[in-house]
Amino acid sequence: MTIAPKPSFVLSMRHLLGIEGLSHEDISGLLDLAEEFVELNRQVEKKRTSLRGRTLINLFFEVSTRTQASFELAGKRLGADVMNMSTSSSSMRKGETLIDTAITLNAMHPDIIVVRHHASGAVELLARKVDCSVINAGDGSHEHPTQALLDALTIRRNKGHIDGLLVAICGDILHSRVARSNIILLNAMGARVRVVAPSTLLPPGIERFGVEVARDMREGLADADIVMMLRLQRERMNGSYIPSMSEYFHYYGLDEKKLAYAKPDALVMHPGPMNRGVEIDSIVADGAQSLIREQVEMGVAVRMAVLEALSRSLPNA
Amino acid sequence: MLSDRSPILLANARIVDPSRDLDIVGDLLIAEGVIREAKKGIGAAGVPEGTDVIDCRGKLIAPGLVDMRAFIGEPGAASRETLASASQAAAAGGVTTVICQPDTSPAIDNPATVDFVLRRARDNAIVHVHPMAAITKGLEGKEMTEIGLLKAAGAVAFTDGVKSVTNAQVMRRVLTYAGDFDALIVHHTEDPNLIGDGVMNEGEFAARLGLLGIPKAAETVMLERDIRLVALSGGRYHAASVTCVDTLEELRRAKDAGLNVTASASINHVTLNENDIGPYRTFLKVAPPLRAEDDRKALVEAVGAGLVDVIMSDHNPQDVETKRVPFAEAAPGAIGLETMLTAGLRLVHGGEIELMALLRAMSTRPAELLGLPGGTLKSGAPADVIVVDTELPWVLDPNELKSKCKNTPFDEARLTGRVVRTIVSGRTVYEYV
Repeated sequence: MTIAPKPSFVLSMRHLLGIEGLSHEDISGLLDLAEEFVELNRQVEKKRTSLRGRTLINLFFEVSTRTQASFELAGKRLGADVMNMSTSSSSMRKGETLIDTAITLNAMHPDIIVVRHHASGAVELLARKVDCSVINAGDGSHEHPTQALLDALTIRRNKGHIDGLLVAICGDILHSRVARSNIILLNAMGARVRVVAPSTLLPPGIERFGVEVARDMREGLADADIVMMLRLQRERMNGSYIPSMSEYFHYYGLDEKKLAYAKPDALVMHPGPMNRGVEIDSIVADGAQSLIREQVEMGVAVRMAVLEALSRSLPNA
Repeated sequence: MLSDRSPILLANARIVDPSRDLDIVGDLLIAEGVIREAKKGIGAAGVPEGTDVIDCRGKLIAPGLVDMRAFIGEPGAASRETLASASQAAAAGGVTTVICQPDTSPAIDNPATVDFVLRRARDNAIVHVHPMAAITKGLEGKEMTEIGLLKAAGAVAFTDGVKSVTNAQVMRRVLTYAGDFDALIVHHTEDPNLIGDGVMNEGEFAARLGLLGIPKAAETVMLERDIRLVALSGGRYHAASVTCVDTLEELRRAKDAGLNVTASASINHVTLNENDIGPYRTFLKVAPPLRAEDDRKALVEAVGAGLVDVIMSDHNPQDVETKRVPFAEAAPGAIGLETMLTAGLRLVHGGEIELMALLRAMSTRPAELLGLPGGTLKSGAPADVIVVDTELPWVLDPNELKSKCKNTPFDEARLTGRVVRTIVSGRTVYEYV
């Protein structure tokens, strides 16, 4: 069964560098378009041709299996020629600069480049040097727009709406681009956001982001409709930000006991990959309230929607 | 044929001399490399034959600027800046004396290197150049340098450049010993541990950009420590670059207690704030980092009141390779020799500071602190003089800058006012046409 695209929705910008700058209408439009692709992805015949003849390059300076695979599938299902470049490729290891890589790729006339980099602002820097469209797949601690979009889609599908919900984002907020993009998006869509973390993992000035702040899981999860857990990177555990994994799990890790502080019908999310036993225990991760697997499914659909919406603004679209 | 060292009469200008609180309309006569006099009516009374009479109606005449902190890459980083190129930039910016930093490669931590720099400057620079020498050998923060011999060789003060001496015992000994030689210790106060992985001012803006922040405490904590050590050991101390309200409070306390403590602020911190970083612009990445607007305003007020004694350019040329990278990876630093005065005039035009106070901070006070002859238009002083058109509008084109590196925070800025003539030892070394 082929689904005719709704030609009315266009993301009238060249790049998707972040949620910052997207309007309520932009976000709703992308989520609605993504819904169509969720249906498509469940068919046998998953292919569309809207990106046929287009070249998509995945340029991942930071290793990522799920996001890169998700974008690759998304591009191919839309009919694009997809090329993957990651840190395992030799020139990036040889120390070629970000700018030189951008200029080299640009000379090959790609239509869309999807970039992930470990430094905040790197994707924007690259976007200034290329003629094609750029999608930010995560830049340092700054933004990860497609993650926030897929999280929003997951929430909307399970709760029916986003506005008015209380979303608790728990974990290393300081270093998290997922947290930042989600905060911006959820606020734009009328949800209430609360961040929960030890003080050393909260960014200075976080109160001014329009979020509530809690330093304790009981207080933090009270009345929450959605509990979003963030991954704690191992480097943070060496005593510089928090003293140990066991102390972190004891006070901030999500287990059944802490989940009970939230609403009885609260749902659990995690951007992955999970550190089981550190920020979340397996019973909860695999339990009835977990949306973690659905998030991955939504990821491909959302990325197809983003690619489709951006491609409608490409020259000769 | 007018020779290079003919007498010069700068006529009909507004003459401002902060060394005497002088602000008059008149003429300034220069002969044989020194200032003869500055007053009304010299031209009318008659000048020596062969005098080059330059009409400066509508312009400002001031002492040439004395820039207390500029990084020049000799020895070791000539690709970033040489004494020749730095002096060209200085002349174009109205800076007639440049104090260069010792964190070169090798460091200026022995008399032979001081001598090298002075000779290279004598042969290649068109303005006066004096080096500061290192406080510790190799800038390692462990062993004191030969302060006596270095001073005798021509070092005008002592600093470890952008590095802080983290060992308090070393700092105490240095201050104690330097006191015997009346040597000025200039210290960049930033605790490297509190900086950690920080790359810009800690606060909401850093959080939004996803960049780790540097708390103001990194600066203030070290200054507080140093002030206590000055009280303990005596000696003359100068804070190399103060940026925030908390530090100013400590400085006020030290001065009120009668300690021999003075301070500089960089032109970047008095004219810019952290928001100017905008979309990760690396030319705005400096050390210490740009702070909030409240800090900037307090800093300007402090300069006006004399609490902060000096404004310096903090000239730090950085190659494209170290700047055209993600913000966190970029080297800190901005050039400033050529733009310091113009940027400062913004503050005057905006009513934030008096012209007299600005010029005092950029010429008279640094000369006084370093025991150098500039910063004044008194009779007999060296003829290091600038003529400034304070109202001239212009747009900064980085390609026109004389510095080898073009990392200016004022890239494509619209500016009002600039130097139109720079005279060093009675000779015109720069003219704007």
